[in-house]
Amino acid sequence: MRVWKFGDDIDTDAIIPGRFLTIYDEKELAKHAFEGTRDDFSKLAKDGDVIVAGRNFGCGSSREHAPLALKGAGVRFIVAQSFARIFFRNAINVGLLPLVCDDTSGIRDGSSIVVKEREGKVIVEGKEYAIEPVPDFMYNIVEAAGLVGYAKQLKEIPVCTKSRQ
Amino acid sequence: MGATIVEKIFSGKCGSTIRAGDVVMAPVDGAMIHDITGPLAIQKFYEMGGERVFNPRRIIMLFDHQIPADSIEAAKNHVYMRRFAAEQGIHNYDICEGVCHQVVMEKGHAAPGEIVVGADSHTCMYGATGAFATGIGSTDMGFVLKFGALYFRVPESIRAEVNGTFQPRVGAKDLILSIAADIGADGATYKAIEFCGDTIRNLNMAGRMTCCNMAIEMGAKAGIVAPDTITWDYLKGRREMTPFILNSDPDAKYEERRSYDVTKLEPQVATPHNVDQGVPVGKVAGTHIDQIFIGSCTNGRFEDFTEAAEVLGDRKFSDKVRVIIIPSSRDEYLKTLRAGLIEKFVTAGALVEAPSCGPCMGGAFGLLAPGEVSLSTSNRNFKGRQGSTEAFVYLCSPATAAASAITGEITDPREV
Ligand code: SF4
Repeated sequence: MRVWKFGDDIDTDAIIPGRFLTIYDEKELAKHAFEGTRDDFSKLAKDGDVIVAGRNFGCGSSREHAPLALKGAGVRFIVAQSFARIFFRNAINVGLLPLVCDDTSGIRDGSSIVVKEREGKVIVEGKEYAIEPVPDFMYNIVEAAGLVGYAKQLKEIPVCTKSRQ
Repeated sequence: MGATIVEKIFSGKCGSTIRAGDVVMAPVDGAMIHDITGPLAIQKFYEMGGERVFNPRRIIMLFDHQIPADSIEAAKNHVYMRRFAAEQGIHNYDICEGVCHQVVMEKGHAAPGEIVVGADSHTCMYGATGAFATGIGSTDMGFVLKFGALYFRVPESIRAEVNGTFQPRVGAKDLILSIAADIGADGATYKAIEFCGDTIRNLNMAGRMTCCNMAIEMGAKAGIVAPDTITWDYLKGRREMTPFILNSDPDAKYEERRSYDVTKLEPQVATPHNVDQGVPVGKVAGTHIDQIFIGSCTNGRFEDFTEAAEVLGDRKFSDKVRVIIIPSSRDEYLKTLRAGLIEKFVTAGALVEAPSCGPCMGGAFGLLAPGEVSLSTSNRNFKGRQGSTEAFVYLCSPATAAASAITGEITDPREV
């Protein structure tokens, strides 16, 4: 699987520009992913490819079109030093796994990558990089195949119950 | 140990002590959806097995991003939402009322101590009333539409204490651009920013909204100002509520405390392509511009147009720039109109549009060509935000925008 490497502060306008927000189909959105900023992505990205980025990936708007466009392009994992909050949640809700890795600076575009999310690591060109564990309550949602699946199982919701992360 | 205002809001809603770091399924008091994020939220609501929304009166629906429909696809989305509103008994403000966040505030859909969510990142603006308000995605919104509650990780707070008096023609937008430059684009990720201090106490609601609106530009989950007489006065006639005290305890635990003095603050301009790239206007004065936009949920209020009109005086806008002025709501439009400012702007050479998001997010009209430069009172200057990815967007206050519109280049509003 190849790495698509991006820098810091990759915003949702770059991931999917505002003029495509009338589209909701992930495959159609994928055709415009990174349009104008990285045009080879939508043409060449393959199922299972991984996005690797620096800090604050997905900052900006709350548009769920952004993680959907990446999912439509075949991406399953995004590895970044940090994520913007709304993007992080949206990604999980649509079934994309955002993984936090302390230092991605050594990972190069086009490298081959293997993600072992349950083992807390990714392997790039034979070198291991540790990733942070995904918080439990997020895993609950991912295991229910996203928030839609989770919500379907619920008859009533546990309002006001709390847990520590 | 004391609690922050955010911890108190969650504790109050849940009837037990809730602290930063807790993950709670909290009930929400209001949920806003608009024409861009609404259709997907409704689709998710149905996919989750939703039949009736949790409470139609607590859902705020309106269209502001692509209005009047600028494409057949947008028109179809509007039809889909109108049908949903009719079926569910949701009041739909439709295309005539204005930009979502301004409408929520004006119509009293956010109030002190409440939890309000919106399928839009600048939902954090309602923190200006002392509500906990945050932007969520469409799937989360589908969940809220069905259950009227959502999982929240209660955020730690950053206390931003602001003191001092602004120089003439310097104000809330300059302050928040300077705070964004200081904290950085991701410096407040997952946190709430609590704005306090004398300067904030003396700010009107318009200025407080400008500050809270841009909390997301530092990655924050929410911005908030403790309610005071200015807040309660604003709510009069919008919301039946008896004033009460809601503020952070003196011994509340903050993630971080920062203080700012605005006495010497100069007008600020955020340079392309990030909001945290703010500099004093002098650093970029003289920069050529093609288009100026005064409007958006950040700075499209009557107070903003008054500020612009004061700078303009009886002069004309330069014919080297296109000046687009868009009030953020019908109410703000009417106030501006009645004060004679619309006539003034049109006479000076501006294009005045009906309330909407306009060129703010490059989804409808007012797009930029490659190489063009825009100066905008909105909140984001990301690459491609207002059209071509090869265009450049600078952000500033209404005063700086007006001064620059007179000269045709970025100009210090204290010098015209
Ligand atoms: S005015 Fe701009 S920032 Fe505000 S809601 Fe509209 S598009 Fe978003």
